[in-house]
Amino acid sequence: METEPIQCITILAGRDRNGVAEPFGRIDINPGDTISIVGPTGSGKTAFINDIEVFACGDTITGRTILVNNRMPPESFVRDPSKKPIAMITQNTKCLSDLTVREFLAMHVRARGITKADICTKTLALANEFTGEKMHLDMRMTGLSGGQTRSLMVADAVLISNAPVILLDEVENAGIFKDRVISCLKSHGKAVIFVTHDPLVSLLSDRRIVMRNGSVERVLTPDGNEREALTVISRMDALMGRLREKIRAGELLTGPVGSA
Amino acid sequence: MKLLIVAGPPSAGKTAVVRQILRSVAGLWKIAYLKIDVVRAFEDEELRAEFSIPTKKIYSGDLCPDHMGIMILADTLVWAEQEKADILIIESAGLCLRCTPYTTQSLGIVVLSSVSGTNAPLKMAPMIALADIAVVTKTDLVSQAEKEVFREKIRTVSPTIDIVETNAIQGTGMRYLMQAVVSTPEITDAKMIRLRGIPPLGVCTVCAGKQEIGWQNHCGVVRKLDSTEAIFRGD
Repeated sequence: METEPIQCITILAGRDRNGVAEPFGRIDINPGDTISIVGPTGSGKTAFINDIEVFACGDTITGRTILVNNRMPPESFVRDPSKKPIAMITQNTKCLSDLTVREFLAMHVRARGITKADICTKTLALANEFTGEKMHLDMRMTGLSGGQTRSLMVADAVLISNAPVILLDEVENAGIFKDRVISCLKSHGKAVIFVTHDPLVSLLSDRRIVMRNGSVERVLTPDGNEREALTVISRMDALMGRLREKIRAGELLTGPVGSA
Repeated sequence: MKLLIVAGPPSAGKTAVVRQILRSVAGLWKIAYLKIDVVRAFEDEELRAEFSIPTKKIYSGDLCPDHMGIMILADTLVWAEQEKADILIIESAGLCLRCTPYTTQSLGIVVLSSVSGTNAPLKMAPMIALADIAVVTKTDLVSQAEKEVFREKIRTVSPTIDIVETNAIQGTGMRYLMQAVVSTPEITDAKMIRLRGIPPLGVCTVCAGKQEIGWQNHCGVVRKLDSTEAIFRGD
């Protein structure tokens, strides 16, 4: 089981805060899936991805159970971070050690016993695709911005941890190119689950899980019906990105904003 | 009655771990709790109010808190028996990182914070080496790489120690600690409980509050600049 590739992660329903059973039988997550978790603050979004992260077996507050390839996962998946097939990256996730990017990546590569010589430069190059503020290997981890840190953590999860499932908790505020992260994760066959308030991230996902009162209220599959909205929002997001860059560059936005 | 001894540096999350244990066993087992600290502690009052369990605290003042813990442990076992507790939890002050307050016939739990740096397990080696289980807290805050390296360093100190990673506030990962608590045998003969190691308590006149400097002003285990090892100086 430990070497068997992950084909499917299944979430079996639990209960809401009043003890009422959740209105779904199971939610299956396959390689390449993108799912966003939406809902008001306090509706149980973070608890949902925590259940996945710890492979809940009816022992968390939600009562949900997580299966891997339709079976209970082996204990090492849960207990040994180097065997765990899930990488969770939150706004709190940081490198606390005062290391350079090079030392940080090398430390992880060593811990994983990876011998590919160029893995650190590859990871850095991938991270730099996700952020507008380029990093280099001699920068200090503690000096990176939120966006740079998040970009590096995602690239690290993809290439060094090689985790098949990536959980991202509200990363949109961190100043990373969300669309590039999503297409990169898809092209690497990663399943990715976003906790998000961001319209673009939600619309770029194949499925949307709507949370309320600690329970999954609905699972939406837009199936192309939101294409028109996605086109508009992509354009708006690109515009916001350009405006952000201009403001950061110290420009005054005096011209017509729509054509910025 | 089972005995749990919880050690770990300040702010590692010892009390958060104790809280999770209390939550898990609420209604199943009766717990008695003792907090040892140096000058101030509030945990006993908080836990008594929150879980309605018998609690006590003891201040060690000028004495080493682990020295104090060792002195009072036998009395505390009697108190917990009188309270008809199923489990006695002792929480150390966690000031001396070398101290190993674990005993035989108990479950020794060391609580380590993953934010304390990847080399921290090496610095606290004795506290880890004699424990049965290491609970690593605040794992939601650190990078994957540091999590993995932190675990390796714990394994360097104690290759066979059971490791539980958790965010103790949310209670994630606690199921394995609870399995260890459940499978801990009861105390069979309290009179035979012994320390697992010899903590370097440094019982001397500094510990007892004498503030003068220089070995000439102190008794107990002292050291001169040009001596190669410590010597005992009587009063």
